[in-house]
Amino acid sequence: MPDVIMPRLSDTMEEGVLSRWVKHEGDPVGKGDVLAEIETDKAVMELEAYDAGVLTQVLVPEGATVPIGTPIAVIGTGTDARPTPPPTPPAATADSPPPAADVPPTPGQPPAQPDAGRPDAPPASPAAPLLTSPLARSIAREHGVDLSTVTGTGPGGRIVRADIQAVIDRQESMPRPSPATPAPLTPPEVARPAPTQPQPTDPDTQEVPLSRVRRLTAERLAESAQQAPHFYLTRAVNADPLLAFRQQINADLSAHAGADTATKISVTDLLIKACAQALTVHPEVNSSWAETRLLRHRRVHIGVAVALDDGLIVPVIHDADTKSVTRISRETRDLAQRARAGRLSLGEITGGTFTISNLGMYGIDQFTAVINPPEAAILAVGAATPAPAVRDGQLVVRTTMTLTLSIDHRVLDGATGARFLADLTALLEHPLRIVL
Amino acid sequence: MAMMTYRQALHDTLRAELRRDDDVLLMGEEIGVFEGSYKITAGLLSEFGARRIRDTPICEEGFVGAAIGAAMLGLRPVVEIMTINFSLLAIDQIVNHAAKMRSMFGGQVSVPLVIRTPGGGGQQLAATHSQNLEVWYAHVPGLKVVAPSTPADAKGLLTAAIRDDDPVIVLENLALYNTKGEVPEGEHIADIGTAAVTRTGHDITVVAYSRAAVVAQDVARRLAEEGISVEVVDLRSLRPLDRDTICASVRKTTRAVVLEDDWLSYGIGAEIAATIAEGAFDRLDAPVRRVAAAEVPLPYAKPLEVAALPDAAGLTRVIRETLDATGFAG
Repeated sequence: MPDVIMPRLSDTMEEGVLSRWVKHEGDPVGKGDVLAEIETDKAVMELEAYDAGVLTQVLVPEGATVPIGTPIAVIGTGTDARPTPPPTPPAATADSPPPAADVPPTPGQPPAQPDAGRPDAPPASPAAPLLTSPLARSIAREHGVDLSTVTGTGPGGRIVRADIQAVIDRQESMPRPSPATPAPLTPPEVARPAPTQPQPTDPDTQEVPLSRVRRLTAERLAESAQQAPHFYLTRAVNADPLLAFRQQINADLSAHAGADTATKISVTDLLIKACAQALTVHPEVNSSWAETRLLRHRRVHIGVAVALDDGLIVPVIHDADTKSVTRISRETRDLAQRARAGRLSLGEITGGTFTISNLGMYGIDQFTAVINPPEAAILAVGAATPAPAVRDGQLVVRTTMTLTLSIDHRVLDGATGARFLADLTALLEHPLRIVL
Repeated sequence: MAMMTYRQALHDTLRAELRRDDDVLLMGEEIGVFEGSYKITAGLLSEFGARRIRDTPICEEGFVGAAIGAAMLGLRPVVEIMTINFSLLAIDQIVNHAAKMRSMFGGQVSVPLVIRTPGGGGQQLAATHSQNLEVWYAHVPGLKVVAPSTPADAKGLLTAAIRDDDPVIVLENLALYNTKGEVPEGEHIADIGTAAVTRTGHDITVVAYSRAAVVAQDVARRLAEEGISVEVVDLRSLRPLDRDTICASVRKTTRAVVLEDDWLSYGIGAEIAATIAEGAFDRLDAPVRRVAAAEVPLPYAKPLEVAALPDAAGLTRVIRETLDATGFAG
């Protein structure tokens, strides 16, 4: 009887949530059949059977989190003794489950009443246990809804399915990743956890349970900040040519395709392409740390941090160096939209070799970002704003954009990073070269 | 398909089986010369003769016992007991002999006996002639109990009962004899032990059998006009009981009501409710409700009789209460 174990479905996965059993005890299973859906730290994935037989035993209930390698089910021949009772009782047994100890309703009184009478639930009182229909309880369990936060509308305050559904609908209408949506890779610029732990009993402090996204973000950023020795290189870029170039492209695109349908290129789109170009010239920056060695990536996949209402996600533009700016623009917009809708696939948020985080639209002049491990560097982009500068000995006002490159010193040294940043600056200040 | 009454379907099935198999014979009170109290056996005496269509004395224990003996020796007797109330006179033969022979003789004999008998109240036949005692037999291992609600099932289940090698009680119903429906022509054998989802729905399951299954259909049809989607499970067989079909339906609809003509306490509905609790507990959004006969000997007076019997209005009310208790919004 082969055990089915919690598999490792992504390189960073340490445990998985058994989000749903597709097969149930007693179901025949063919090789390759989907047994269950597993929620990893990144996405919900299907677990396929390696063995044919009968799913004789489910060891992990839906909603449970178990480490990889843990047996979660047993596939047998179907003739094994079933370790748990079948879902419906056999026709003739004397060992039905014992009745609940609760006082049963006394139906049929008074005698002239033609039906069973309502088995009314006892009135709710502060001391009464939470009344919940079995269905409501199981749906709450599946969706991780805390029953103590739900108001029951059934008889005697019983929580029924409709009450749980209302909570779930409310949660889903909020644009934050649900447990079924992929979690971000590493949100680069998330603040560190507060140094003091507020007491949970403090009446002025609200406890916010960690979402899966938040927990993963915290773990990976802490790991990056603690293990990757960061250093930072900052350069002010003259953004006038870049902004003029962008304006010219958009005007041309609009004249060609009509203002309604034209792609509008953003500064970020041009940054992605420029970084991709610079990375092909500086492959040592397009690398990652792998403990015993470095991995130098031949393809350039650029992640772009996208802010969600409650968290971050980093969708990846694969092979950005080979794509046109308009195509990058379309892909970026599509990925960002679907990121906010929680509809990204695992492939769209993995495999990045370099990350860009742009907070310019929030008016941030400059900042430093935490590296998205195991990548070697991340570029933090500030706002393009008019600033004094010295040109030919004269004080002038020009649009300045400050770039800060965070670098993992285990992978790169200062001079290498500086050369990359110099070339990137040159590209941005002579933007026609970005698209050549 | 042919449109015919439940009565006609039973008659035609008996005639077809008598013609098919010389070992089939009928026994019962007034079934020959008088052609049956409910005329199910009309014309059969003249066609098949007194050797195969046997009028018996008013002595249920005697003629059921004789039929059991005949069945043990290879014949296939079909006994008519005028109403299920009179089967009590033969209950020792049915429970202690027909049901036990195969097991107690280690499988050396079988008892291919059929007992046809109608239950049902509402005919002003008063307390002793209006009972629904089918649960007494459905309780006993060794018996099979079927309860057709339509002319088609009357044919299919009676045919299956006659060809079954074990004792089968075919529960008919006084109120159903004149109901009409399409009946498949030619050979039509139903599966004993299989319930039918006679109407699919997704808001609530009504489990019923015999006359109650017809009432459930009517109620489901009317509630559909209000946007309430009722699934009807017609048990068809009380033993063996098709628990899988019941539980599958309730797992889908999450709510269940049982409509039964018998009394509430220890009735068929109690078994159904327990089955659902065991097989669909985690999918239940409300307690299973039962609509059954009032726990009184059935009155003779018409208004009291009507008040004591479960009906469409009672079923409709309990369906609405169950939906209301779960925040059903259509």
